[in-house]
Amino acid sequence: MKNEARVTIVSGADIVTARLEGRQLAAEAGFNGSDLTVIATAISEVARNIVEYARNGEILLSIVHDGTKRGLRVVARDDGPGIPNIEQAMQDGFSTGRGLGLGLPGTRRLMDEFVIKSRVGEGTTVTATKWIR
Amino acid sequence: MARINKSTPNTVTETSLESTAALLRELVAHLRENRTQLREEWVRRITESKLLTAMTREEIFAEATSVYDNYVAVLESGSVEALQAYARDLSERIIPRGVETHEVVGIVLLLRDVLARSLFKKYQSDFGLLNRVLDAYEPAANRIANTVAVSFVQERERIIRQQQEAIRELSTPVLQVRERLLILPIIGVIDPQRARQVTEQLLRGIRANRAKVVVIDITGVPAVDSTVANHLVQTVDASRLMGATVIVTGLSSEIAQTLVTIGVDLSKMKTVGDLQGGIEEAERLLGYKVMLEQTAEKLP
Amino acid sequence: MRVPILKQGDYLIASIQSALSDQELMQLRDDLAEQAGRFRSRGIIIDVTVLDVMDSFACRTLRSIAHILRLRGAQTAIVGIQPEVAFAMVQLGLALGEVQTALDLEEGLALLSRRTERGSGSEK
Repeated sequence: MKNEARVTIVSGADIVTARLEGRQLAAEAGFNGSDLTVIATAISEVARNIVEYARNGEILLSIVHDGTKRGLRVVARDDGPGIPNIEQAMQDGFSTGRGLGLGLPGTRRLMDEFVIKSRVGEGTTVTATKWIR
Repeated sequence: MARINKSTPNTVTETSLESTAALLRELVAHLRENRTQLREEWVRRITESKLLTAMTREEIFAEATSVYDNYVAVLESGSVEALQAYARDLSERIIPRGVETHEVVGIVLLLRDVLARSLFKKYQSDFGLLNRVLDAYEPAANRIANTVAVSFVQERERIIRQQQEAIRELSTPVLQVRERLLILPIIGVIDPQRARQVTEQLLRGIRANRAKVVVIDITGVPAVDSTVANHLVQTVDASRLMGATVIVTGLSSEIAQTLVTIGVDLSKMKTVGDLQGGIEEAERLLGYKVMLEQTAEKLP
Repeated sequence: MRVPILKQGDYLIASIQSALSDQELMQLRDDLAEQAGRFRSRGIIIDVTVLDVMDSFACRTLRSIAHILRLRGAQTAIVGIQPEVAFAMVQLGLALGEVQTALDLEEGLALLSRRTERGSGSEK
């Protein structure tokens, strides 16, 4: 039983891989069916952001603990252009591409914890965690 | 030139990884050679300590054999993954039998001690070597005990969660009153977790019953804040994604006002004053025609 | 792998078999547009029963497919969204807009036959 997985994200196919790894790991951790889909959806969103805006990056998935709580942490990291205005990016509907602009705010809604760090020219890191209730 | 005579060839800090590995291999060989009597001694001590009372002697012996072999295998390989898998498997078997955490921790510690004593007996003539052997053995043995205990506790928590989930499912408020029609009466204050669970049940119910209409009755909901409102909207939207029409009933004018203030688009949901009215509207949508003094008859 | 498209009278039924790659989704869009035009289909059913995740990309693409098909005179219905997928979608904030949805193939066909009888363009 592994506790973590790392998926390089370059193309659309990697998005599916990341989702499957996430689903598998989350199932190991003990999440129920509905949460598995929620997590896979969130992974899909952040992975797609990497593909669409950063060209390449990686997603680190790990089972985490906080006392007796168990959860899954998703870290989506890229060396892309970075986000100039994070607040704006976190608004529903805001998109600099062809997207629906729901990826970041949506992921925050899907997950329990959400932290985004980004700097223009340096890339972006999204860290999102979901806990088993 | 004076010869420096050291009493022990190596101190603990000078022990190389390689020699620890060599020591582990040696003690693993010893544990395998003496498997039969060490295992017996362990089982005897388990019974003496009144552990695993929920199991028969044969069962204890069978499990003890597996645990012993896994224990030694982990000492040999250093990999806990196989042990974790085994521990989960073992837990799954013994938890329904009523075996408790302290028992599992107890038997693993007993095994650790039985094996340690055996090592002590074997190497007692060479104190230095004994120390090195124990230095190699102890961290590995403690890691094993920890792994088994943690796996057991996690498995136990998983089973408890499953049972709680099953209980909540049994107390489902989703009612099927007619073909293709579901009613979900919401009563009182529901915490977010329960709300999520109820929505999940409703959506599964829509699939299972092939429901075309869902009536969500919030007559029994005292107050609506933005969390509840969002939840209601999500439930309505998700139901519609599954092709069901949603009718919300029991919306008092105060709550309607609150929803509008929060920003809920009431035009996306059908609302009817009371549950009865909602059911009638649902039947109308489904093509039922209610005739006075007769039971509802489905229109062609 | 190309998504199989079945013709049933005035309707086309596309059954998605597994997680689709971006290219496969684009291919589906092109295939449906071409066939809807060729057969003058009135209604298109896209069956997503097997999809275990519907993300914003999939949603966006399905909406654009429906839009293109409407330009060809056909109504689209998405059927088979699973409970867990529906729930994740609404939490993410996805909406299919005017794209109609139905529980399954049977319901989808019934829905489209009602809609296409009445004429085009009625909203959900």
